[in-house]
Amino acid sequence: MSDATNSDERIKQTSRFRQALIRPELGGIVGTIAVFTFFLLFAFDSGMFNSQGVMNWSVVSAQFMIIAVGACLLMIAGEFDLSVGSMIGFAGMMIAIFGITLGWPMWMAIIMTFIICTAFGALNGYIVVRTGLPSFIVTLATLFILRGFTIFIPQTLERKTIIGGIREAAEGDWLAPVFGAKIFKGFFQWMGDVGIMNVFTRGNLEGQPVVSGIPMLIVWALALVVFGHILLTRTRFGNWIFASGGDAQAARYTGVPVDRVKILMFMFTAFCATVFAVCQVMEFGSAGADRGLLKEFEAIIAVVIGGALLTGGYGSVIGAALGALIFGVVQQGLFFANVESSLFRVFLGVILLAAVILNTYIRRMITGER
Amino acid sequence: MSDPIIRMTNIEKHFGSVIALAGVTVDFYPGECHCLLGDNGAGKSTFIKTMSGVHKPTAGTIEFEGKEMNFADPRDAITAGIATVYQDLAMIPLMSVSRNFFMGNEPQKKIAGMSFFDHEHANDVTMTEMKKMGINLRGPDQAVGTLSGGERQTVAIARAVHFGAKVLILDEPTSALGVRQTANVLATVDRVRKQGISVVFITHNVRHAMAVGDRFTVLNRGKTYGTASRGEITPEALQDLMAGGEELATLEGSLGGTV
Repeated sequence: MSDATNSDERIKQTSRFRQALIRPELGGIVGTIAVFTFFLLFAFDSGMFNSQGVMNWSVVSAQFMIIAVGACLLMIAGEFDLSVGSMIGFAGMMIAIFGITLGWPMWMAIIMTFIICTAFGALNGYIVVRTGLPSFIVTLATLFILRGFTIFIPQTLERKTIIGGIREAAEGDWLAPVFGAKIFKGFFQWMGDVGIMNVFTRGNLEGQPVVSGIPMLIVWALALVVFGHILLTRTRFGNWIFASGGDAQAARYTGVPVDRVKILMFMFTAFCATVFAVCQVMEFGSAGADRGLLKEFEAIIAVVIGGALLTGGYGSVIGAALGALIFGVVQQGLFFANVESSLFRVFLGVILLAAVILNTYIRRMITGER
Repeated sequence: MSDPIIRMTNIEKHFGSVIALAGVTVDFYPGECHCLLGDNGAGKSTFIKTMSGVHKPTAGTIEFEGKEMNFADPRDAITAGIATVYQDLAMIPLMSVSRNFFMGNEPQKKIAGMSFFDHEHANDVTMTEMKKMGINLRGPDQAVGTLSGGERQTVAIARAVHFGAKVLILDEPTSALGVRQTANVLATVDRVRKQGISVVFITHNVRHAMAVGDRFTVLNRGKTYGTASRGEITPEALQDLMAGGEELATLEGSLGGTV
């Protein structure tokens, strides 16, 4: 054994700069910069970047973020969940049924909904690991089953598919504000009072700032992103998530409890969908049977823009969060820029394709595949 | 020599009506490299799977460190100190060397009462262990996918040794490798043996076996032809035993002794 085996003269030295660039989030970072540059140049005067505008796209992005975190960890663990959208509709409807139709206190309705929905997530996961079927098919079935129940149950009990009155019912509840309230209201009022922020000049909101506080939705989104990122990169369980998605058999050989990891990730995805649903129901004050339509695809798109590999084993929560931000900013930005809204889909398709191509290239750099 | 670390006595394994092993007796000593040779279908794989707890023998006894053992599953064997490096290696190409090295055995440290993956410790250990094995990584976060086949084999061996293997079973580690990579892996085997670990080296390449083996056992049609020590047997004799005698002798004549 000579030195020749220790260092390979055929491997080119890569610069630090290049190495710093080569990471799963790169696509998301580049996309975010591109999208903000674009809208700052073309829609700066449209109101998109005043306080109301910022709050507008922040809320939309935060919605995408909440479901993207769950979908991201699940995809890295090697599975899909197509039932996210139906789960959102179902969870919202459960809160309405428990809280309004059955008249339970709101906190009980919320907790019960979380239990039922994560149980459905566990069932998804259990069926997938037990049968070995692709999660794509199993959760496609769940998509229809949950959506069916979401329409059937309120129709049978209430003879309608939209149940309102939730905001009133949540009045004075201790748990509902965790999802529906706004924080830092005093700070925003102060900003309005001293003139940093515009205030309403007419109507019954006169004197109040145009943005009254940070919605809990955004707090949930950021908290879930931080939690997901730390879980994935800084814990033993995170290593198991990567391993389960990278090669389940290899992971089993080394003693990783692959089935448990996958089922827990299905439950976490369902949990995220339920958080989304509760926030939405508290904001709108009603639950509708058509809520959450197509959300599963939006979550998956955000995750893929963020650099995750569709086949599992590779990805980043920060990337997924940036993907959600891009998604939200583009969707709302085109509206502000007065672009025909159907063009949003074109734009989305182009971004998705560009992101996937860039990410494939980055991944090849990292893994040395050709 | 001291006592054997594993003694396999009269192992039989039947799959339905097929007799895969018809009474095999072999013992393995610490610090020796024991080569199991045999042609395809000779029963090598069945034999090592019995040793590593994947199969239960139909008849016969396994003694590990002097005690009779019944492994219920591979985890039992791994806990006892029998590690197997299969051909597919149990490595995940997309993950870093360090993450692969500690997969399933992640070191943890406590921060504010919560357990976190101790990346610093993992990275340090990985770099040291790899250096010991003669592999210079660009960094512990280098993906396993960028390593060559021989290097991956070496990482898998280093991992097994680091986590306390007393018996290391290598299932055809050199069969898919080029000349230089094979030399690297054989050097690794030699290094591991010198640490006092019992290496079981499965191959059908006589030259690779002769390069590192202390003792040689040839399996053929589920039986052993007995065990020979280094120096007692020539490569040609081993080759003939593997092929079951005369057939290859005639073949070899027409090929000019190149097989």
